[in-house]
Amino acid sequence: MSDDGHITGKLLLLCDEDNVLVAPGPVGVGVHPVSDGSVLSVQQAVSMGQKVARFAIARGQKVLKYGVSIGSATADIAAGEHVHVHNIRSDYTATHFLKETGGA
Amino acid sequence: MFEGYLRQDGRKGIRNTVAVAYLVECARHVASEIVLPFRDQEVQVIGFPGCFPNDYAQKMMTQICTHPNVGAVLLVSLGCESFDRFSLAQDIADSGRPVESIVIQQTGGTRGSIQSGQAWVAAQIAARKQVPRVPMGIDDLVIGTICGGSDGTSGITGNPAVGRAFDRLVAAGAACIFEETGELIGCEHIMAERARTPELATELVRSVTKAADYYAALGFGSFAAGNAEGGLSTIEEKSMGAYAKSGSAQISGLIKPGDVPPAGGLYLLDVVPDGEVRFGFPNISDNAEIAEMIACGAHLILFVTGRGSVVGSAVSPVIKVCANPQTYARLSEDMDVNAGRILEGIGLDDVADEIYNLVCGVAGGQPTKSEDLGHAEFILTYKSFDPIGPSCLPV
Repeated sequence: MSDDGHITGKLLLLCDEDNVLVAPGPVGVGVHPVSDGSVLSVQQAVSMGQKVARFAIARGQKVLKYGVSIGSATADIAAGEHVHVHNIRSDYTATHFLKETGGA
Repeated sequence: MFEGYLRQDGRKGIRNTVAVAYLVECARHVASEIVLPFRDQEVQVIGFPGCFPNDYAQKMMTQICTHPNVGAVLLVSLGCESFDRFSLAQDIADSGRPVESIVIQQTGGTRGSIQSGQAWVAAQIAARKQVPRVPMGIDDLVIGTICGGSDGTSGITGNPAVGRAFDRLVAAGAACIFEETGELIGCEHIMAERARTPELATELVRSVTKAADYYAALGFGSFAAGNAEGGLSTIEEKSMGAYAKSGSAQISGLIKPGDVPPAGGLYLLDVVPDGEVRFGFPNISDNAEIAEMIACGAHLILFVTGRGSVVGSAVSPVIKVCANPQTYARLSEDMDVNAGRILEGIGLDDVADEIYNLVCGVAGGQPTKSEDLGHAEFILTYKSFDPIGPSCLPV
């Protein structure tokens, strides 16, 4: 996101320290531009608002979004992989989701 | 500037609602039937379902029945519940509002109570035209914000857009309230840096720690299944998105449900009860939080939704800011602002401008989408709070 609050249609890097990017819309498998000018090879198709790993994230490592920790990785996550309830967890309270809809 | 309604206690409202308040669930049907013929005429049902007494519920009902958007109140009692209808009626009368109490057990049961209630409401609809109109400005407003049905777009579109609108409203003198300390978990330290005094900073951190402990005891965070479906993975992630609604202004104080901000500025509303876990989840759904902000004097509510909440509220209009453009396409009839356009290249500041202008329009009488659709949800449950300490509202 630029300083004046405009979003560019690229994978969004919300803060320089982050190790995840946000999909501004549905994103397919393949190489995609990132808002900081880099590119990322996305490994799984994701829907709007979902996260993909910007770098490899080791199990136990903090997941950083908005420049702060949003939880810990529960598995080794490769760059470009979908980051969600299947591979990260809260450091406060467990996340409740319905198995029919949780991984969407 | 816009025109408001001047109340005898000197406060100014943006609506002129007749509230019909049931004082126990057993009286709710009668209250709903009284309102039925007038539901398009700013006559709304509020109430408290419990039969056991509760100081918090008494304070909430008193504050909402004497809210500046309310012009007259009809209390509907079964007759044997524990709620103190006498002191509530006295407090409403002391505020200069017309008030009447109908006790179903003494008014011929259901049918007689409905007839008596409807006659009184009809008379109030005629009488309320006499309420004087006065000029109002942004600096007369109390504005609350909430997010509900959040998803992965909320924290990058709707919430930061409301945050920028909040910055402008605070700068123009409004009192702005953000809330749900259970959805600020993980943000407490960056939030505390914005406190007006170090003592207030300590109170802000303490309120979030209390929320984290409370939810840990319950075993669930303030996190719904739809949040995960929409791409949010943890409460910390949801919190950071929710926190963006507060904008960047200095935080002037910490208040609890029913406390009216003493001046313009930005306030955190602590909604998690004090003491041991007694009555279950702090807020069982979004309207419980909306009712608490209204009890704090909120004239209107900015509600950011990603998945697509459709609710409004009794007493104060709800402006719905839709964060997700796909949701907006599905539910546009229910949404006032399409903040999802930010993902399509529109600037946050453009959406913040739209929200600010809509606040002025709605304050001046323009109906919101949820008002047009007849939404007037209200819910109030049991809680208990200790009063705030002196460091919560530094002078």
